Amino acid sequence: MAEVLVLAGPGKTRATCALLTLARRIGTPAVALGGPPDAKTAAALGRFGATTIYSVTAPEMDRHPVAARVELLVHLAHRDPPAAILVASGRDGLEIAGRVAVRLDSGFLSDVIDVTAGPDGPVATQSVQGGAYLVESRVVRGIPILAVRTEQVTVVPAPSTPTADRAAPATPTVDPPTTPAVNRVTPATPPVDPPATPAVNRVTPATPPVDMPTTPPAPPATPAVNRALAATPVVDRVRMTFPESVRAVRLIARGPTRPRDLSTAAVIVAGGRGVGSPEGFGLVRRLAAALDGVAAGSHAAAEQGWCPREMRVDQVGTIVHPSLYLALGISGSLRHRTGMHGAGTIVAVDSDPDAPIFRLSDLGAVGDVHQVVPELLAEIERRRAHPVIGVDENEVTDEEE
Amino acid sequence: MRIVVLVKQVPSTDVGLSFAPDHTVVRDGCPAGLNAADSCAVDQCLQIAVRRRDIQITAVTMGPPAAVGALRTALVLGADTAVHVRDEALHGSDALVTSRVLAAAVARLGFDLVLCGSSSADSGMSAVPAMVAERLGVPALCFADHLVVRERKVEIHRDDGCGDRRVFAAAPPVVVSVTERCGEPHYPRYESRLDARDKLISVWTLDTLGIEPAEVGLSGSASVVHSTTPRPGTRPAALAMGDPTSVAIRLADFLAERQFL
Ligand SMILES: Cc1cc2nc3c(=O)[nH]c(=O)nc-3n(C[C@H](O)[C@H](O)[C@H](O)COP(=O)(O)OP(=O)(O)OC[C@H]3O[C@@H](n4cnc5c(N)ncnc54)[C@H](O)[C@@H]3O)c2cc1C
Ligand SMILES: Nc1ncnc2c1ncn2[C@@H]1O[C@H](COP(=O)(O)O)[C@@H](O)[C@H]1O
Repeated sequence: MAEVLVLAGPGKTRATCALLTLARRIGTPAVALGGPPDAKTAAALGRFGATTIYSVTAPEMDRHPVAARVELLVHLAHRDPPAAILVASGRDGLEIAGRVAVRLDSGFLSDVIDVTAGPDGPVATQSVQGGAYLVESRVVRGIPILAVRTEQVTVVPAPSTPTADRAAPATPTVDPPTTPAVNRVTPATPPVDPPATPAVNRVTPATPPVDMPTTPPAPPATPAVNRALAATPVVDRVRMTFPESVRAVRLIARGPTRPRDLSTAAVIVAGGRGVGSPEGFGLVRRLAAALDGVAAGSHAAAEQGWCPREMRVDQVGTIVHPSLYLALGISGSLRHRTGMHGAGTIVAVDSDPDAPIFRLSDLGAVGDVHQVVPELLAEIERRRAHPVIGVDENEVTDEEE
Repeated sequence: MRIVVLVKQVPSTDVGLSFAPDHTVVRDGCPAGLNAADSCAVDQCLQIAVRRRDIQITAVTMGPPAAVGALRTALVLGADTAVHVRDEALHGSDALVTSRVLAAAVARLGFDLVLCGSSSADSGMSAVPAMVAERLGVPALCFADHLVVRERKVEIHRDDGCGDRRVFAAAPPVVVSVTERCGEPHYPRYESRLDARDKLISVWTLDTLGIEPAEVGLSGSASVVHSTTPRPGTRPAALAMGDPTSVAIRLADFLAERQFL
């Protein structure tokens, strides 16, 4: 059974575990890590099925994270071609995956939300147009390179018995095409019991999706896949030299964003009629501040005078293109949607499960803004105060941030 | 300074995608236009040209006959010339093939700077710019929210959320992809619209680029699509329900996973 290479992302513990969850279905997972693993890291990765950790310690890994990781993956693939390479989506992940695909002349699938083993290699399910289509595809040349939307994957630790992988399919949290447009979905929280997490985390249900999936369940894992699972992985310290070209892109400055302008903001939190009052709009500002974003309002909020007109997002106000648009109490009229549908990630909180905004959202939260937002602010604060937050890539735990 | 800007014709967002029996996007006879991020890329070329005299801007697209619309728009917005890579054999090309063809066209033109959109509205892989850079053997600066081009240095500012703003630099020749946050394209002047009619659009085929038809299109691609299944509604949300605390935790999990926390 060939190895499946998983790229560990800096500070992306859960994402790495999600990749391992999928990798187990198609081979023996191994992790490529930029930096030295400590015992805790190794144990955690082992718990999710990693059998080997290829670790490279070099200044290039920190200074030129994208180019150095491309070199690392290509180096490992040349040494011993893996059955597939899995990378978490995201700006750096997509660049790494694309470059590796070219180097290895190998097929590259993006927006992957599920993987199963097929007779001719891994079959990927891709989420297209924000989920409007599910596409099943396969790589037919080279080493399959998969960029996975890890937030769609339910993280499952490696089973201790050979059949357990079947019992706990790590189905992505998507709904079948036969069900209504908007559906309840299970959380992406790992169904493990993180020892150090606040007790409150247990409130989230850890069950797999109830209304089960179009994606066929993983075929029976072969004993060969499972034999080595859940043991402490072997650490293989890889020595490699980097070509001069890895230093071509330099990080020359880094600092906090000072968002001034709605039209160029990366994160926008907007409030609508549902925030109810000028005081309610205070929640919008607080959440925007907590996420280092800019506060904005819908047409309705501006009409009511809860926010100034310059803050209005819609067709005739400002058209925005943030990476994250968080809508609070905005039903999502056509004029509003025209102003924000280009956002990368859309999250909405609204009390009406049928609000049109949910049809545009990557995640919808059904609830009262006045109850959910204060809880969210508290949760953000709790995570920031918690010592495991902001773990560096070496400090991999099985904990959700 | 020679700038090549890669532009793609994409189906209008309000119509959405539909797929043909061979699982490729239906591109004929549906409303389409220049990809929004690409129009920002063209505009950035002009911003560079405002400060220098010796700028030559060439817009390049790879696409079926109707994709010429993207080039016309790029010329109206201010590109000097255009190249349309067009060949029946290219139908169904994956990103690996697309990047190969685009890199061959760019190499043939010669370049100091290649500008792209950061993502296309139809398939939106956000990988083609980096793949083109890899093939050309030059650095890539991807997802620029702000672009500064100096004589010996290209600089991008990138806002990755969580209040993390980073500035990357590389020496040209380099590939840059820009987000729509770079700014809306300036509305073209009337003369610019008139001029655009006289600008040259060259049509190149695989033969022009010395690429074998068997190495592109559905047969030459390294990935195949088995099925495309529409899901009712447009962008069906995952819905978190329940008591406010668990809903808030689900939200925080999601934001953390997408690196916003
Ligand atoms: C729904 C869907 C899913 C797909 N999934 C995959 C997949 O997983 N793997 C795969 O290999 N292929 C896939 N393809 C095919 C792939 O999208 C095409 O090869 C496409 O030409 C390149 O990808 P993109 O438009 O997503 O590029 P992006 O990387 O999103 O485009 C970024 C920029 O690159 C430039 N650019 C991209 N294409 C062109 C072009 N034709 N002409 C000029 N400039 C261009 C533009 O500046 C654009 O803004 C998919 C196609 C569809 C319709
Ligand atoms: N006849 C054609 N000539 C050149 N490029 C094409 C042609 N048909 C499709 N393409 C391009 O090939 C890529 C894949 O498109 P599709 O055929 O829709 O899968 C896209 O970038 C299209 O613009």
